[in-house]
Amino acid sequence: MDFQPTKDQQALRAGMRDLLAARFDRQALRAAVERPGLDRALWQALGDAGFFALRLPESAGGVGLGLPEAVLVFEEAGRALLTGPLVATHLAAGSVAGAASGESVVTRVDGPLVAWLEEADHVQGDASGARAMRSVDPLTPLHRSRGTRTPEPEAVLLAAAEQLGSAGRCTELAVQHAKQREQFGRPIGAFQAVKHLCADMLVRTEVARAAVYAAAVTEDPYEIAGAKLLADQAAVRGARDCLQAHGGMGFTWEADVHLHLKRAWVRAEQWQTADEAAEVLASAL
Amino acid sequence: MDLTYTEEEEAFRARLRQWLAASLPELPPRPDPLDWPARRAYDTAWQRMLYDAGYAGLHWPEAAGGRGATPTQHLIYLEETEKAGAPYVGANFVGLLHAGPTIAAEGTPEQRARWLPPVLRGEEIWCQGFSEPDAGSDLAALRTRAVRDGDDYVVTGSKIWTSHAEVADWCELLVRTEPISEAVPKHRGITWLALPMDAPGVTVRPLRTLAGSTEFAEVFLDEVRVPAANRVGAENDGWRVTMVTLSFERGTAFVGEVVACRRTLAELAAVAKETGRWDDGAVRRQLGWLNAEFTALWRLTQWNVSESERTGGVPGTGGSVFKLRYSHARQELYDTAARVLGPDSLDLDRDWTLDKLSSLSYTIAAGTSQIQRNIVAERILGLPKGR
Ligand SMILES: Cc1cc2nc3c(=O)[nH]c(=O)nc-3n(C[C@H](O)[C@H](O)[C@H](O)COP(=O)(O)OP(=O)(O)OC[C@H]3O[C@@H](n4cnc5c(N)ncnc54)[C@H](O)[C@@H]3O)c2cc1C
Repeated sequence: MDFQPTKDQQALRAGMRDLLAARFDRQALRAAVERPGLDRALWQALGDAGFFALRLPESAGGVGLGLPEAVLVFEEAGRALLTGPLVATHLAAGSVAGAASGESVVTRVDGPLVAWLEEADHVQGDASGARAMRSVDPLTPLHRSRGTRTPEPEAVLLAAAEQLGSAGRCTELAVQHAKQREQFGRPIGAFQAVKHLCADMLVRTEVARAAVYAAAVTEDPYEIAGAKLLADQAAVRGARDCLQAHGGMGFTWEADVHLHLKRAWVRAEQWQTADEAAEVLASAL
Repeated sequence: MDLTYTEEEEAFRARLRQWLAASLPELPPRPDPLDWPARRAYDTAWQRMLYDAGYAGLHWPEAAGGRGATPTQHLIYLEETEKAGAPYVGANFVGLLHAGPTIAAEGTPEQRARWLPPVLRGEEIWCQGFSEPDAGSDLAALRTRAVRDGDDYVVTGSKIWTSHAEVADWCELLVRTEPISEAVPKHRGITWLALPMDAPGVTVRPLRTLAGSTEFAEVFLDEVRVPAANRVGAENDGWRVTMVTLSFERGTAFVGEVVACRRTLAELAAVAKETGRWDDGAVRRQLGWLNAEFTALWRLTQWNVSESERTGGVPGTGGSVFKLRYSHARQELYDTAARVLGPDSLDLDRDWTLDKLSSLSYTIAAGTSQIQRNIVAERILGLPKGR
């Protein structure tokens, strides 16, 4: 048994991280906050890099990789707070024209919510009568809909992978800040109260990581539900703790922490909620 | 990333399963969990059976009398023995999981020949004399003194919380061979000795735990003569030797128990369905949560094992990440059991009541949760040391 990422998988992840560092760095993220909307050129770049066609067979023009690889690149997307209906478009590759190549943007009615409805070129499900809401996340426009939800395990898992990336990033942000910020004549990270906050963030992230990666390998729907449950928790609690570690700075619009928290809240309501996942897991007992 | 086992690994699993099915019925009846002498007899009998079948010291190096199994084989071993309901290492815990590995890594050839085979054969059991009344989390502050006198050390002091000291033959004892001073910081001046528990001057006073058992004890040492030949590692180098020991304890010691927790959870769900508690959505979802937790902890175990298989080293600080989450999750498991059982959870004869009491020690023993968090923060996240 060798559960660690292979060399190819590591290279894929590093490639995605590099792409995002070049095309969606902090400056681009903050620009997106100021001017909400989907960056079509970036969407196309993702398409060119094979982000949407990753799991499409090579015979169909795809990259021919599997869920473990998809999870690794979605983790990077979550880490960078990449915007847009990533999961819906990825899942539509092969069935909706232009989705695989990044030429079209696909969203989906996901139970009571539709994200990116106005920006999408193609909507899956019945979005008639959907009402726009003022989304808590400045980077995810949302509509309320009357749709029903049949959570597709792959969507649930990819959202969990994004949550994992966000949780990992929040741990890094908190640790960086705790090493630099000084109070009482020493870095705040030397104080146990702050240290323990950070340690718990890491522990939640690593447990979620094991769950997400394993679910990608086994594709077991119960493990996928567990992965979402633990990744939601790691992302939401992680962002809150990160905010706490930043003190007053964490409460400002300038710090990125709130963007991670708000996105984590959105994803926690998408595809499968904690209560829905817990019921699935109970039904397995 | 792959979770399939190789053909060789699966063949190992199949042989082990077969042997377990044939051998477990031969074990004597399970002893009263509160009766340590009976538990010693039971646990050492099981160890002897493992020895005769070639499974003793599976993960120890062959040079130390072990089987030199890979980390993955050891994982399979822990999974299968737990699934089959085989006894836990129990009284053999210290000998097999840390005194033995420490002697294997740091001892002389004579020391290995003297102490390792009886551990593997289940003939001698060890206890761990690290903690003292004033040195728990701050282990390096220990004060039990050892003064060299000819070929012996003369040891005076006391140890506390020594698990199964009452029934142990040997104790891995940490002593101070140089007093703390400006020149000797507290982490230095410590030495690792093998103490025979029947030496004159050793007094064991059992302590009753909150579960009602005498699973640990105070050990008083009054001018006990320990041959200098019993020293493992160099004089004053005991802290480094101890770190080797602790990495074993934290890295692999709890693996099998995750499997046990998953079994308990399934049993708990069955009881909830029988008694109607299942219809309470909050209880049901709590059980679902625990299912996610223990599945993930099992996957984290596989992750850590395959990592150590790749790097080939002793288990790393990842063990602290595991231990932190595991100890809390297991306590939550029994809290949920109490929620399912209601008033029956107050009955000591009910399943899980005693387990619930024992689980209270998980966030304390082998390093408290606070200390584990310090380790994670300082050694993994690189946050500055402080107090
Ligand atoms: C069931 C059981 C079996 C045991 N078996 C053995 C054994 O066989 N051999 C052996 O040597 N020992 C054994 N121990 C001892 C165990 O290792 C210690 O109890 C443990 O290390 C804590 O030390 P302490 O009890 O002195 O508590 P203390 O160190 O006094 O801690 C008390 C409280 O203060 C907190 N605290 C202390 N220092 C810090 C700090 N720096 N930062 C934050 N919080 C802190 C702790 O987390 C804890 O909450 C056993 C303990 C138990 C419960």
